[in-house]
Amino acid sequence: MLLGKYGKGTLGRSLIVLLFLLLPIGMPKFFIFLLTEIFILGLFGLAVNLLVGYSGMVTFGHGAFYGLGAYTVGLLMTKTGIPFAAAMFVAPLTAAAFGLIIGFFCVRLTQFYFAMLTLAFGMLVWAIIYKWESFTGGDNGLVGVVLPSILSSPQAIYYFTLGVFAVCLAIQWKIINSPFGYTMRAIRENPERVRFLGIPLTRYKLAIFVVSAGFAGISGGLYTAFTKGAFPDYASWAKSGEGLIMVLIGGMSSFIGPLIGSAVLLFLQQIVTTFFKYWSIVLGFLLLLVVLFLPEGVMGAGVRIRFLSRPKEGENSNPGPARKEKR
Amino acid sequence: MEVTLSLILAQAVAGLTRGMLYYLLASGLTLIFGVLGVINFAHGTFYMVTVFLTITLAAATNYWVAAVLAPLILALIGGLCEIFLLRRIYKAHHLLQLLLTFALVYIGVDVVKLAWGTYPKSLPPVELLQGGMFMGGVRLPTSYLFMIAVSAATGIGMWLILYKTKWGTIIRACTIDSEVADALGINVRLLFTLVFMLGIWLAGIGGVVAAPVISATSGMDMEIIILCFAVVIVGGVGSLRGALLGALIIGLVESFGLLILPQFAIAFAFGVMAVVLIIRPTGLLGKPAA
Repeated sequence: MLLGKYGKGTLGRSLIVLLFLLLPIGMPKFFIFLLTEIFILGLFGLAVNLLVGYSGMVTFGHGAFYGLGAYTVGLLMTKTGIPFAAAMFVAPLTAAAFGLIIGFFCVRLTQFYFAMLTLAFGMLVWAIIYKWESFTGGDNGLVGVVLPSILSSPQAIYYFTLGVFAVCLAIQWKIINSPFGYTMRAIRENPERVRFLGIPLTRYKLAIFVVSAGFAGISGGLYTAFTKGAFPDYASWAKSGEGLIMVLIGGMSSFIGPLIGSAVLLFLQQIVTTFFKYWSIVLGFLLLLVVLFLPEGVMGAGVRIRFLSRPKEGENSNPGPARKEKR
Repeated sequence: MEVTLSLILAQAVAGLTRGMLYYLLASGLTLIFGVLGVINFAHGTFYMVTVFLTITLAAATNYWVAAVLAPLILALIGGLCEIFLLRRIYKAHHLLQLLLTFALVYIGVDVVKLAWGTYPKSLPPVELLQGGMFMGGVRLPTSYLFMIAVSAATGIGMWLILYKTKWGTIIRACTIDSEVADALGINVRLLFTLVFMLGIWLAGIGGVVAAPVISATSGMDMEIIILCFAVVIVGGVGSLRGALLGALIIGLVESFGLLILPQFAIAFAFGVMAVVLIIRPTGLLGKPAA
């Protein structure tokens, strides 16, 4: 499909696409649900990776945009008569609009301030969702999202998610391989030099922040459709952290890495939570292990899946900031 | 609600009390950042655990014993985290250090749930901290005065240590350039551990003075850490005076915000932060970035 014209590996990619199309056939429901969730969370991870991996802006607050997307769909579906497709369309716009406001403050700051400020603004969004009970349902969340009947089966939601994911993937691929995408990588590697070249640094950073927020909003909206509701947790710091963990597991050097990260995370969650209900502590130790022993991610550690990561072609091997900026 | 002078004064006192609590936490945060170059995302977590630990220890002994022990225990745990975790990655990218402390936040959340359950806990009334006094028609609860006094004493003590002792000079030297300090024969490794422990101890003191006033919940770690971030952003990262100024501003703004929009008081603190960021991106007392 769309990646085909990029040369080698076309067959492999087509096979993978075919595999994902055929996968739900005859599978138990819970497996289809899991797959759907992997793609939704993976899309969130990809959005975070646009900032963290490609632009070197480490955000600790992207859960806010995921939550905003989720609540946009949730609120529109429960409080107005807007059709689902329109609500899904508004979700990234809302998230991007908030991304513009929050990003305005965040992108002009250095790394540490950026990290603190994104976390702080993320928690502000969470707090407002959590406390504005009359509007958002507060702690109880929004329930009773009714999808159009065409999306009533698990398979239908899976294919819908897969479709949205594929479109987003294509757009992101275009973005990171455009002059804009290369500029972002240059900014990640050496912002000073990019500034000297006369490129308006802040505006570029804000642009990628907004775009990334928009994609996070889409994944949040999908998740509302998937769970038929929206809850404050969707916007919490823990969700923002999950985005980072996915990027880390997948390796910042990989375009599709966050999807692998999402799969690892969700499979692990399935296994762990069947006999141990404290998922957060497991996640914490997982993050510790990755940070201490596999800072370049599982993909970076040599477990490379050939169809998915393409280190040989130069333009796509992205040494993450972790490797380049050692000082 | 009628706004009277005494109401305003009462809110001012409450704001000052909040501010002093934020100062205790933010000063530790900014000290650790200044010396170690790490932003400790788990600072609120250490604070939260101290509050829970204080309640448990106070039940076993009494509040005052707990008040001394809890911060020390937390400082020890902090020291272990520094030695076994942080120390391994000082040379790595800053992102990894942030992520490491972030991992501690995840772990802390469930440690508290495992050890103390999911229901809020609170300290039984401490006899000496009951009651209050009236000044100009404003009630000053003893527990507030206690918070302000302890925080002020700690702040002055820290200033004395930093500016009047040899260790303080060394610490300040390390905030400027720890590599040179290392080359001059100062045991920087030990110093890093001690400064981290001091920072955590300060957060612990915050937890101890807050324990009689608040109830301990599992979400309090994030609630306070984002306010601390607001404090250091308003005041300027790496500046103790900035932390004090920022803490008082955020505390007062939040306190008066409660009068106007009780549910969203936090938004006012963020409003102030946003304004400061536009006018002075490095914070009110922060040095402009080199």
